[in-house]
Amino acid sequence: MEQKKYWQSFGELNNSEAYQQSSKDEFQEELNIPFEDSKGLFKGVTPRRDFLKYLGFSTAAAAVAASCEIPVKKAIPFANKPEDIVPGVANYYATTYVQDGDVVSVLAKVRDGRPIKLEGNEMSPLTGGGTSARVQASVLELYDTARLRFPTIDGKEATFNDIDKAIGSDLAGLGGAPVVLLTSTVTSPTTKEAIAQFLAKYPGSRHVVYDAVSATGILLANEATYGKRAIPNYRFDNAKVIVSLGADFLGTWLGGSNEYSLQYVKGRKLTDKKLDMNKHYQFESMMSLTGSNSDERFLHRPSEANAVTLALLSAVNGQGANGITDAKLKAGIEKAARDLLANKGAALVVSGSNDVNVQIVVNAINEVLQSGGKTIDWSSTVNYRQGVDSDFAKLVDDLNAGTVGGLLIYGANPAYTWYDTKKFISGLQKVRVKVSFNPKADETTQLVKYVIPDHHFLESWGDAEPKSGYISLMQPTISPLFKTRQWQDSLLKWAGATADYLGFVKQYWIGKLGSESAWDKALQDGVVNPATEPAATAATFNAAGVAAASAALGSAVRKGKYELVIYEKTGIGVNGAANPWLQELPDPVTRATWDNYAVISPALAKSLLGIDLARNGDSDSYEVHPDKPVIKITANGKEITLPAVIIPGTQPDTIAIAIGYGRTEKMGKAVVGSGKDAFPFTSYNGASVVNTVTDVTVAEVKGETYRIAMTQTHGVYATPQGVRTEVIKEMPLSEYQKHPSVILEEREEELKPFGGVADFEKKGTIYTYHDKPGIHWGMSIDMNSCFGCGACVVACHAENNVPVVGKAEVARFHDMHWLRIDRYYSGDMENPNVVFQPMMCQHCDNAPCENVCPVDATPHSSEGMNMMAYNRCVGTRYCANNCPYKVRRFNWADFMGADSFPNNQDELSDVVLMMNDELTRMVLNPDVTVRSRGVMEKCSFCVQRTQEGKLTAKKEGRPLKSGENNEWDVKTACQQACSTNAIVFGNINDTKSAVSVTRAENHYRLYRTLEEIHTLPNVTYLAKVRNQDEMEEKAEKGAKAETKKEA
Amino acid sequence: MIHLKSFAGKLIFGFVLAIVLQLGNSALAQDGKALFSQNCASCHAVNKQLTGPALAGVEDRWPDKAILHHWIRNNQEVIKSGYPYAVNLYNQFNKTQMNLFPAITDKEIDAILAYIKTAAAEANATPAGGTPADAKNAEGDNTLLFGILTLVLAIIAFVLLQVNSNLKKLSDDKDGIPSHEPVPFWRNKSYIALLAVVLFLIGGILITKGAIGLGRSQNYEPEQPIFYSHKVHAGVNQINCLYCHTGAQYGKQATIPSVNICMNCHMAINEYKGPKIYNGEGEEVNGTAEIQKLYKYAGFEPGKPWDASKAKPIEWTRIHNLPDHVYFNHSQHVVAGKQQCQTCHGDIPKMDEVKQFAPLSMGWCINCHRTTQVQFKENDFYSIYTKFHDQLKRDSAEAKANGRQLSKEKSGITVEQIGGTECQKCHY
Repeated sequence: MEQKKYWQSFGELNNSEAYQQSSKDEFQEELNIPFEDSKGLFKGVTPRRDFLKYLGFSTAAAAVAASCEIPVKKAIPFANKPEDIVPGVANYYATTYVQDGDVVSVLAKVRDGRPIKLEGNEMSPLTGGGTSARVQASVLELYDTARLRFPTIDGKEATFNDIDKAIGSDLAGLGGAPVVLLTSTVTSPTTKEAIAQFLAKYPGSRHVVYDAVSATGILLANEATYGKRAIPNYRFDNAKVIVSLGADFLGTWLGGSNEYSLQYVKGRKLTDKKLDMNKHYQFESMMSLTGSNSDERFLHRPSEANAVTLALLSAVNGQGANGITDAKLKAGIEKAARDLLANKGAALVVSGSNDVNVQIVVNAINEVLQSGGKTIDWSSTVNYRQGVDSDFAKLVDDLNAGTVGGLLIYGANPAYTWYDTKKFISGLQKVRVKVSFNPKADETTQLVKYVIPDHHFLESWGDAEPKSGYISLMQPTISPLFKTRQWQDSLLKWAGATADYLGFVKQYWIGKLGSESAWDKALQDGVVNPATEPAATAATFNAAGVAAASAALGSAVRKGKYELVIYEKTGIGVNGAANPWLQELPDPVTRATWDNYAVISPALAKSLLGIDLARNGDSDSYEVHPDKPVIKITANGKEITLPAVIIPGTQPDTIAIAIGYGRTEKMGKAVVGSGKDAFPFTSYNGASVVNTVTDVTVAEVKGETYRIAMTQTHGVYATPQGVRTEVIKEMPLSEYQKHPSVILEEREEELKPFGGVADFEKKGTIYTYHDKPGIHWGMSIDMNSCFGCGACVVACHAENNVPVVGKAEVARFHDMHWLRIDRYYSGDMENPNVVFQPMMCQHCDNAPCENVCPVDATPHSSEGMNMMAYNRCVGTRYCANNCPYKVRRFNWADFMGADSFPNNQDELSDVVLMMNDELTRMVLNPDVTVRSRGVMEKCSFCVQRTQEGKLTAKKEGRPLKSGENNEWDVKTACQQACSTNAIVFGNINDTKSAVSVTRAENHYRLYRTLEEIHTLPNVTYLAKVRNQDEMEEKAEKGAKAETKKEA
Repeated sequence: MIHLKSFAGKLIFGFVLAIVLQLGNSALAQDGKALFSQNCASCHAVNKQLTGPALAGVEDRWPDKAILHHWIRNNQEVIKSGYPYAVNLYNQFNKTQMNLFPAITDKEIDAILAYIKTAAAEANATPAGGTPADAKNAEGDNTLLFGILTLVLAIIAFVLLQVNSNLKKLSDDKDGIPSHEPVPFWRNKSYIALLAVVLFLIGGILITKGAIGLGRSQNYEPEQPIFYSHKVHAGVNQINCLYCHTGAQYGKQATIPSVNICMNCHMAINEYKGPKIYNGEGEEVNGTAEIQKLYKYAGFEPGKPWDASKAKPIEWTRIHNLPDHVYFNHSQHVVAGKQQCQTCHGDIPKMDEVKQFAPLSMGWCINCHRTTQVQFKENDFYSIYTKFHDQLKRDSAEAKANGRQLSKEKSGITVEQIGGTECQKCHY
């Protein structure tokens, strides 16, 4: 296999001085001890006597602490114990995560009455038990201190009775002026019924659906070409060739449904025998999560998006990629078209554009490719996004005209998300009755008179229909924490209905399902699926609009020197900024936390900021310090100053800014000082909201910097060869097909002097061999399935009480993630290949950390686990220094409020202290110790779960189930959260366990990171295979040689 | 004499017969008692009307024994058949339905009825006086004795040393050897050194012991809000531990029973009639008053229906406390490990007020894990440990061949051998 270089940072690419330095010294900062200024302990200003003073003081303090009496503790049992609650034993309730239009079926783990963790519901065929980072983090929002705790009238607390009366009389006094119900996408059938009942009570009123990031383009294009204002059921699993025109379908497209990632990865799973996979082309302007996973990726300016779509249409029609001047891009489009045409009926083209005309042309392309009934299924439609921007634009006009009497808002927050907030706010002021059901005092809710906060979804009854025919039910898992009310209850009450919403839901579903017992069963399962999956059908295509759409797209686009893309982040989305877990989750591509920023390309950095990343010193001065240069972006009379973050793979003339930041401080502590609002840069083209600006001016703000907390360069470890192939293994599909065993052979060759692969464990060391007589835990991570979304990182946070440390601490390398996802680049700096690698404690059977611990706080278990006894740890950090994988995390402060010394939290930010709030702490997992200051921690292979699983099996007197016939006693949190089953965990001594089977089926691709140093990791990886052919490989090699020459 | 002798013989015979009969009867009644408390006691008492009628004399009230049996098994059928006594009774108790016991055998019913008979008879007899409290045998503590002895010996040694040095001085004087001015013993360096060493040793031992004992609370016996006697419940009345501490089978916590579990029995049992109970100070405790305390928490008035939702929880003082960083799971030990509660909690059925029996120190845990064998052959979970299974088979075959007894170490697998002393089995 060709050894190409993989690099995490620019410093590593150049092997810069700072990189060499940092790889030698993991903990670069000085210890903050009182002798800091002295020249050695016994000379300088703080002499020996002071040392003795401190010694004496600490001895005395210990003695005083020791003489404290043991406090008397109370044990208070239930007064009347409910039958199905056993203290200390978790119950799981099936419910549904609903955030605007996003729907994921989940199981809520409820411990002693508190939901503490969400797991995917494996009975849902849409997700197959997968989740996303946002789903995992949503449980924290239940305990958010910024939630509104009672209904208010003009900001003053009111009772439900008073507020109902006041609103009732206000609505009655409207004198026939229409009432508008403004919501984000509603997928719940019963809610729609409730809305209908309410609207019937107030004639002339209407329901407007408004999505902050809408799918207007797709909806209207389908209406024009298929006669249905709906989104079809995309079938990525049926596609052999996927072309995405800027659609981030693995990340945020259509709300970031887990369904598409699951389908997509189905086509990318390989074994030793299955040697073919789907091919994914991505055309885009900035490095999206989906683009970073693509096999071939082509860059274009945002203004060229229309032309690229048209060119693809003409190419699939056999006329070549017309209208594209850039040779590389043109060749790319033609190549994609060739592949698409060769796989008619198994090809899929999707576009992230919100432009109706673009989507009409995309429909035309898919028609040529005969995707209907194969990769585009019209037998069911998806409901994630239903809002059409023009409906809302009309509402804003109506508001300003004063023709709307009442406005009831649920979910929508146009005062923040609409492109022209001023116009919306001025219109809102003309409305007589303003009601908001939003759970927090967001930008819109602050402007209304009546606020009746809605329950969190974990406190609610309800249902959702993410895809027609597929139902997911919602049930409360905890009594409402505050004086909140489900908004559907308000609607029903005001509509004069007698039943409450629970009665309403129950009656509706008993009617549909036939009986109360069927309803009970459905509620227990959480999902109702069609008995048989409907056969895929096509819809008749009406080509009438295509010519007009093509003509509209063909007209010239005004184009400036620089262009701007407004994008949605995978973790934060529109609403995630108030969630500390999501804020601390590094963005998959940029690896930055807690902020948004202007993403620029290395080329733009060179021309605009004078930073030449190929030069040693420049990359260091940009990269070493978290303070980044600030640029000012001006467009359409609006300007924004943001730090510039250089991301390879960004189109050279494009700047990308994420939405979701710059929130009102009332959203919570996590948003304070976090980023700036980019929504004002979106615009409205008369039919839909557009997220690109094709003419912006950019200038450096000299002398100003802004601190960005990025985690990519943390925990650097220089590998001997310096190319990282001992950590990352990747090959093109063509090579894998020709020679599947190449990796195994290379490993065999390398380990030959030490007994070969089979005997390496025993012969490669002078230490004695340690037996694993019973269970031997192991994990397999398929890098072909991992696409870097970060769901596992947040799941690990929730499961293991991993602390949030805040921006300042992340910037100081103090982030605490037990599981991180490393991003590696390879190849061309301007458009590199990206590989994601989840990296956590490798549980080495010959662990370097274990034998350097002076107090034996990290020994090895007979089950192959590298254990960590927190109470034994004295914090020397020798283990972290000696860990080649850099996965150990040190508690630099008392992040969790675990110890009783008050000053240990002095330096922490407000958001960390907020995580220590009585309310927020309810999310902690009681089975996992909260770590105090000064101890080391790391991935434990979810030992609380393995112990629980073993105990279940022991109590039932049967062998442990670890994946045989898909039966599981133990799944780690990361494995459970993964939407693509990239992570498999289990007992490797059991040959039938899922992990053993996975390893056996893939023993060609299997490798261990840094295998040659004989750490014997229990985590194995399956090498990434990229569906590229050797032509590109050679081209890349050429490019590499060139860059080398330049350097 | 003969006359007398035969009389004595008859007397002895009669006595023996009586005892045998009594034994048989009481054995039946013993079973009956268990069956009664299991099935009937939540609604019936022998001498008192509760949810259902008092059962004393029940056999006399029912004209037909067969129907009584039928009634006990399935009262609804008897009512349906229109049997007048049954219908009457049903109406008399406001049509409160009695539970159905379809599985109960005739023999068991007879045992219950026998118990009711004996219990009713016992209640009529004058209540026996309570046995005096077991005099607390103060364990002979020899520490003081040894201490005094040591002190005396030390003084004697000291005096002898003084005498020795004086005599030496005298003999030196006599021999004309010039001697130094005698140093008083408190300034004598040897004495000071000796004292320092002794003090250091004692201090060291005390500090080490104290430090090891920090946070430990063996023999902790706090006063509880209700004088709940385990001796009465688990000892005298033989209630299974798991009846109240249900959680011990399912999860980490053994759980202290909720008020409704107490009330399962105490709806019926509203006075204490057992042997006298004494608290730690030796004062007699009024059991009935303690039951009244329970009623106060429960919001229950005897004779009236009880609304469980009105109950207030009881704030017990927690005796067994493990540090937060220790994971301990009761069900692991009770269900998987098949350990008796007494192993760690001591002889609870003999304790009125519970005290902490074990030190609950890590050393104590570890020691047990080192010696206790798991259910290795019985539990299929361990089937994956093929190596150990082979070893056991080999060992037992070898012992058999040699005709020797299998040693304890080779007869099974200890908790330690399957990793039960590793840090992260209890700390995570």
